[in-house]
Amino acid sequence: MPRRGGPPEVNAGSMADIAFLLLIFFLVTTTIETDAGLDRMLPPMEPPEDNVVIKQKNIFTVNINKNGQLLVEEELLDLKNLRNAAMEFLDNGGDGTCNYCKGARDESSSDNPSKAIISLKNDRETKYSTYITVQNELVGAYNDLRNREAQRLFNRKFTEMEAEYLNPETPSSVREELKDKVKQIQDLFPQKLSEAQTSTN
Amino acid sequence: MAKFNKKKDGDLPAVSTASLPDIVFMLLFFFMTVTVMKDSSLMVDNILPNASEIKKLEKKDRVIYIYVGKPTSQYQKVFGTEPKIQLNDKFANVSEVGDYILQERAKKPQELQNVLTTALKVDKNANMGLISDIKQQLREVNALKINYTTFEGDAFRNLQ
Repeated sequence: MPRRGGPPEVNAGSMADIAFLLLIFFLVTTTIETDAGLDRMLPPMEPPEDNVVIKQKNIFTVNINKNGQLLVEEELLDLKNLRNAAMEFLDNGGDGTCNYCKGARDESSSDNPSKAIISLKNDRETKYSTYITVQNELVGAYNDLRNREAQRLFNRKFTEMEAEYLNPETPSSVREELKDKVKQIQDLFPQKLSEAQTSTN
Repeated sequence: MAKFNKKKDGDLPAVSTASLPDIVFMLLFFFMTVTVMKDSSLMVDNILPNASEIKKLEKKDRVIYIYVGKPTSQYQKVFGTEPKIQLNDKFANVSEVGDYILQERAKKPQELQNVLTTALKVDKNANMGLISDIKQQLREVNALKINYTTFEGDAFRNLQ
């Protein structure tokens, strides 16, 4: 006898639930890749109008030659020691006005973190990877010092605070609160990294 | 009475396909939202150096990319093996960087034009001379906020 009316249907009411389950699973597990890197500011084209006199002892010169060797304060230095040398220079506090510095207070080194300038020069034939390593170490020196002060004042790392502040997912109330703290720490050790024109020889 | 005993054992019910379009649409929307459009294909070798003190580049709409590196093998016959600059989909000279930045800046909405970052994606074997020239160009068009895009890792591995 031929079948009339066809087979009965399966209840498909739960299909939507399964679909939503899948959707939520994918939403939670996918991360969209973001780029990361070293943030830097270039100096503006027009030089500042008033000619500020900077004492030689407040400048920490770093030269990179084409073979990737470092000349720091007129002396050859291994790249691995650069971070410590830069930290000692920034943290020196030579004129005694810096009450949070823990450095040697050497008269012949920088007066105050707010006056200390790191000057970076490189050759045209310097490899980019060496340059990035040097940049990384110098930024690292600043970050280490800022972390130390943030740990003392707010009991947490500066890099974490800054990352949370810059993260767009952080609620704005938290961001407002972090903004002042981040600014305060940044003012203790302002990042003054000057990059002169590259030398051609 | 046999009229009412239609159901037999082992009768296969048909699966309803009524919700299939919903599922397909859902998948479609999912991929639409997740996919990031790749706006240019790389024509240069681009192995980024490593760095540890990095910051994330949030908000992709505020970033202008500049690629630098050796042309890949298929372009080496025409363009040689010296590191070149890639802007969008073509190779460019240093002098074109400034115009490119201005062009890209004009495409962005007004309120973003002052907060743009230039991401330099430079191969680790490039020389600083080219980078310095690019930086000089960027200074001329007042695009001062830059980001040296790197991988996360130990910076000393760059030296090997």
